[in-house]
Amino acid sequence: MIAIIDYGLGNLGSIQNMLNRIGVSSLITSKTEEIKNADKLILPGVGAFDVGMKNLNDFGLLDILNDRVLNDRVPVLGICLGMQLMADSSEEGFRTGLGWIKGSCLRFKFENGSGLKVPHMEWNEITITKPNKLIGEFEDQRFYFVHSYHLKCAENEDVMAESIYGFKFTSAVSKDNILGVQFHPEKSHKYGMQLLKNFIEKY
Amino acid sequence: MRSNGLVKTIKFKNPVYVGDPINAVKIFNEKEVDELIFLDIDATRNRTEPSYHIIKNIASECFMPFCYGGGINRLDQIEKIIELGTEKVCINSAAYLQPELVKEAVGKFGSSTIVVAIDVKKNTFGKYRVYINGGTKDTKLHPVEYVKRIESLGAGEIFLNSIDLDGTMAGYDLDLIQMVSGTVSIPVIVCGGAGNLQHFKEAITIGGASAVSAGSFFVFQGKRRAVLITYPEYNVIKDIFSD
Repeated sequence: MIAIIDYGLGNLGSIQNMLNRIGVSSLITSKTEEIKNADKLILPGVGAFDVGMKNLNDFGLLDILNDRVLNDRVPVLGICLGMQLMADSSEEGFRTGLGWIKGSCLRFKFENGSGLKVPHMEWNEITITKPNKLIGEFEDQRFYFVHSYHLKCAENEDVMAESIYGFKFTSAVSKDNILGVQFHPEKSHKYGMQLLKNFIEKY
Repeated sequence: MRSNGLVKTIKFKNPVYVGDPINAVKIFNEKEVDELIFLDIDATRNRTEPSYHIIKNIASECFMPFCYGGGINRLDQIEKIIELGTEKVCINSAAYLQPELVKEAVGKFGSSTIVVAIDVKKNTFGKYRVYINGGTKDTKLHPVEYVKRIESLGAGEIFLNSIDLDGTMAGYDLDLIQMVSGTVSIPVIVCGGAGNLQHFKEAITIGGASAVSAGSFFVFQGKRRAVLITYPEYNVIKDIFSD
């Protein structure tokens, strides 16, 4: 059973629907028991870092998530804010992140006149930097991004894919059972669907 | 959208039913459309609340970014629509009647979430004017003047619609697009008049639009306007915009 973590943020319905479309059932939950029994976890998220960490705390999810991810080593996929929360910290807030991926989240900053706006909101391409089973191989593969912060990994080997928006930034990370994508697979039609399929079937 | 069904108009008149919104979303999913915009064209005039259950279904069904507009005039509506999984909310009449709403919404949800729609028609003297309330009320403002105001309120994008060319598939109004795109630095998405792929290219390269959108072009086929939802393949789209 796939557990989509409900901590009050993120487009849970879209993720569940996309999973339904590929024939995978999932449970949207914040219950410890259900997360305990899940085979895989998805940590979605749209919104601010501190709100995310506060909610994870207030919903009583920190212990069970740390236990399942770090002890049981169950595969977990973080999406957008979900991926950023996996870092140690973010410029966006004051709280400590989950610390599963060493690094911190930085805000996109561009000079006036560069023509680049924040947030990065567009369909964009990714370049895979580390062989992996998660990201599909399509010609013209693209994903939908909408974010103002990006994760800067402290360890280069955690970077799984990069994208360009003014400069190269990390668009996907992986470390053992921990995976994260900055973009929204649930808003990236067939490319996102393949990614979720790979997550389910290959991890 | 109108009465929870999808409709297409010509010059904002004579709405013709073309199908159910959820079915349309499913088809557009298959066709890998970049983004969907749903506008409830009667909501302001009928003073109805957004159809939250439909929005929720569309948001769940939609595997690409989606924007919803129609009758939005309060912050709590915007909040609810976003909570249901919508990426962007489109404000039209309220941006004129309650400009502070745009400012507040931008402050609370971020400019990238707030799109302001501007419907433009030429008046009897042939001058461009911005209309609200489903194209029925003349604000007496020129689009260039109005769009500067909208930009200063912090809106993330402008959705520029030509009432005169709506549904005609005769080509976009390139003069209008040029005037508006040249005035603001925020992205301008244009609508109204697309009839072939060349029109898309012109809107961007000649008009200076940031993005193009179309309705009738993707929904009707042939002279008799048979309803058939289509969308170009990605490599065709890449080709049009490649040079």
